[in-house]
Amino acid sequence: MTNMKRRTLLKGSLAAGAVSMAVTTGLLAPRAVLAAWPKEAFEAKSVDDALNSLMGSNALEGSDKIEIKAPDIAENGAVVPVSVSTSITGVESISIVAEKNASPLTSSYVLGPNTEAYVATRIKMGKTSSVIAVVKAGGKMYSTGKEVKVTIGGCGG
Amino acid sequence: MANTIKVRASLSGDVVTVKALISHPMETGQVKDKKTGQLIPAHFIQEVVCEHNGAAVMTAQWGPAISKNPYLSFRFSGAKAGDSMILRWVDNKGESDSAETKIS
Repeated sequence: MTNMKRRTLLKGSLAAGAVSMAVTTGLLAPRAVLAAWPKEAFEAKSVDDALNSLMGSNALEGSDKIEIKAPDIAENGAVVPVSVSTSITGVESISIVAEKNASPLTSSYVLGPNTEAYVATRIKMGKTSSVIAVVKAGGKMYSTGKEVKVTIGGCGG
Repeated sequence: MANTIKVRASLSGDVVTVKALISHPMETGQVKDKKTGQLIPAHFIQEVVCEHNGAAVMTAQWGPAISKNPYLSFRFSGAKAGDSMILRWVDNKGESDSAETKIS
């Protein structure tokens, strides 16, 4: 267990290092971001790894200002409608995470300055798990979760 | 390729609500073909960008865990009726498509 923790920590600091490097070298100019799909974050096997890789941190702060709309019971895990909205101001991005999926990060949305803090989409869920919305605003990350029961998984086959 | 994007942008007050449906298989790469027993290669949209007046209002980064024939909805302000808006996607095989629509 201690070993696992250590690995996560190492990975996290490495990823954070890479991001700050990219910022200083100007690689993260808005245009360039569009071209760089965060492969590692989408392939990460745990929520912490995914968030570390995507945003350089997994320090989440619970918030009651985020609302997730998702069904309590999803009969078909292949199509689970999820929408996220928040009253937090200055939102930079919204990410949707299905905690127990093989790769938890489902999607991440970078908002423009005039875009409202709201997204709706449909995700696949392998099994019953918590759906977590991560909202990044003012350099901090806020989150809230909602349990969705899945009767038929939608990832394997 | 036939047009894969259905997009609608409707203005209500100051806020534009965008609703988009894209035809795409969104294969995860983890599913086996029942006939051959081989894994179906991953094929999914990685990025959806929506632009209004040349500025990105929404950049969505997707993994394979977005459902087949994806749906996306979001809202933004600062547009007027008649403005045009472009939505485009790129998948992991480098395929892409785009659609332009007028805000109404």
